[in-house]
Amino acid sequence: MQDNQTILQIKNLDISFRTNAGVVHAIRGVNLDLQKGETVAIVGESGSGKSVTMKAAVGLLDSNATVNSGEILYTYEDRDGAQKTVNLLSLTKKQLRTEFNGQRLAMVFQDPMTSLDPTMTIGKQIMEGMLLHKKMSKEAAKARALELLKLVGITDAENRFRNYPHQLSGGMRQRVVIAIALSAEPDILICDEPTTALDVTIQAKILELIKDIQKKMNLSVIYITHDLGVVAKVADYVNVMYAGKIVEVGNVEEIFYEPVHPYTWGLLSAMPDLDTNDDRLYSIPGSPHNLLHEPQGDAFAARNPFALKIDKKAEPPMFQISRTHFAATWLLHPDAPDIDMPRELKERIERSRKEAAKYL
Amino acid sequence: MSEPLLKVECLKQHFPVSRSYTVKAVNGVSFEIYPGETYGLVGESGSGKTTIGRSIIRLYNPTEGRITFNGREISGKMDNATRAMLRTDMQMIFQDPMASLNPRKKVGDIIGEGLDIHRRAGSEKEREALIGEMLHKVGLSPEHAARYPHQFSGGQRQRVGIARALIMQPKLIIADECISALDVSIQAQVVNLMKDIQEETQCAYLFIAHDLSMVKYISDRIGVLHLGYMVESGTKEEIFSNPVHPYTKSLISAIPHPNPIVEKRRTSITYDYATSGIDYAKGTEHCVGGTHNVLGTDAEIAAWTKEN
Repeated sequence: MQDNQTILQIKNLDISFRTNAGVVHAIRGVNLDLQKGETVAIVGESGSGKSVTMKAAVGLLDSNATVNSGEILYTYEDRDGAQKTVNLLSLTKKQLRTEFNGQRLAMVFQDPMTSLDPTMTIGKQIMEGMLLHKKMSKEAAKARALELLKLVGITDAENRFRNYPHQLSGGMRQRVVIAIALSAEPDILICDEPTTALDVTIQAKILELIKDIQKKMNLSVIYITHDLGVVAKVADYVNVMYAGKIVEVGNVEEIFYEPVHPYTWGLLSAMPDLDTNDDRLYSIPGSPHNLLHEPQGDAFAARNPFALKIDKKAEPPMFQISRTHFAATWLLHPDAPDIDMPRELKERIERSRKEAAKYL
Repeated sequence: MSEPLLKVECLKQHFPVSRSYTVKAVNGVSFEIYPGETYGLVGESGSGKTTIGRSIIRLYNPTEGRITFNGREISGKMDNATRAMLRTDMQMIFQDPMASLNPRKKVGDIIGEGLDIHRRAGSEKEREALIGEMLHKVGLSPEHAARYPHQFSGGQRQRVGIARALIMQPKLIIADECISALDVSIQAQVVNLMKDIQEETQCAYLFIAHDLSMVKYISDRIGVLHLGYMVESGTKEEIFSNPVHPYTKSLISAIPHPNPIVEKRRTSITYDYATSGIDYAKGTEHCVGGTHNVLGTDAEIAAWTKEN
């Protein structure tokens, strides 16, 4: 890509939550870059902090959250066409709402039933953003809303326009949510588990739809998901997150064909594969780290069968593997013993490569 | 083969919504489950898979059809002995482990509830021992009995749900989307646990899910449901290596593979019942080899098998 322009940059983000049980240090130094027109995926288990990271960017953090440090830099063209960069964390909620949310950064949430207003027709809900942000006339907004409904693959848009959310199926509702997100022509679309509540067949359709729209509108998309199959389908770059930190980052091929972090190995192995006939499914032992307690050393060490002695004492830094591929594991240290990924995973990747070769 | 443990014949489950409108959730589904095997039911939401599970365990009264379990009919009126047999020998694991556990009861009492109702434990000591043993079996420790459900993580709660089902030593466990609400790494733990338990106790599972890859992993035989009809059934090898029905094909092609190069160049097969011209009501079951059955008219089956 020629016009490689960073549109969103998260630098050293650190967030904690005050709770009754104590302070939960949910985000512990996250760095993330998003280029224009690209898709970045954030993968991790629930509680790893993937949603919180993006909620911080759109000012939707709960009131008990404190941002300890870091910045989220967003680069955009203002009305005069001049390039501007702002730190989204330094803005007030009001500024965010009137100038950025919806217009420049739009979000698609997990459950389409709870993100739509049940008392309003879907047409009105799609028009709402345009009337507010774009100051369009009602007629123009309606025409645009019908266009959007067709864009997201809803046939019979004129009649559907007057439907209420409960009259639509789950897949249709999610399409409407996407139409609303796109209504003000944002630069960045954040999809927080957009297909988790949907069936596999509909999931495939929605993902293909988002990809299609992304190409048409030159959108940058951030996916938050725990499903590696989804990631493989949509992402250009992948960030693997564990216990509030990004532990491995790389382009999609590096993560799927040459993973180096034991946690990524675990996630990949835990996916049931249609081609294997293994008796047991690999599972990452134990449960995710509880961030009420500050981890000693590497947070993943307790669940890591390949953990070294140093993992319990010091947190590994990010080691660089290639221009785009980084991982935080002591296994990459020059003095570390030579440990390779589990045999089953290696065989599986070998198989995937062979299958992929047919397509190249 | 031995006698089937559960035999469902032509099950229909309709829900009258108003005088003129009836939801026909299940329309004549038949299948058998043999002792010690796992039968997977797959289909999208609204296909009737959960309804079938709930009709079998008699949370609903079946509209039509015959269900035989353990050699006794359980679809009509049941006498007390049959009811007691059904309520002990068949158990259910639910989808959402938080919603299916009583938040005001200690985990030990939740697990022991069946023992209390059916008076299975002779003494307080025996009850405690049984509960402790069950907790140990599902990978928790006996001390956990004194805790409340909210003190556990999602995966642990689902283990409690499994322990609650297992304590009656059932012959059949209906697992309704029991891993859908869990994280990927935890899903694998729970599925492995279910497999281990099956090996140890020889219980049968009716595994209901929409995730075909997980169903393939755990099931011996699979039934594919769509709109209340069983469109295709057979062993997992038959279904996955030679899918015949276009709906099954679209389901298999919709599974995302963890293989970016392949996944980016592949579009999934679309199947739309409304425009496909297929009428499930007209179809009859056709055997296409072995235990592999497909629903369709003669002409449809001929066309589909030719494609392969």
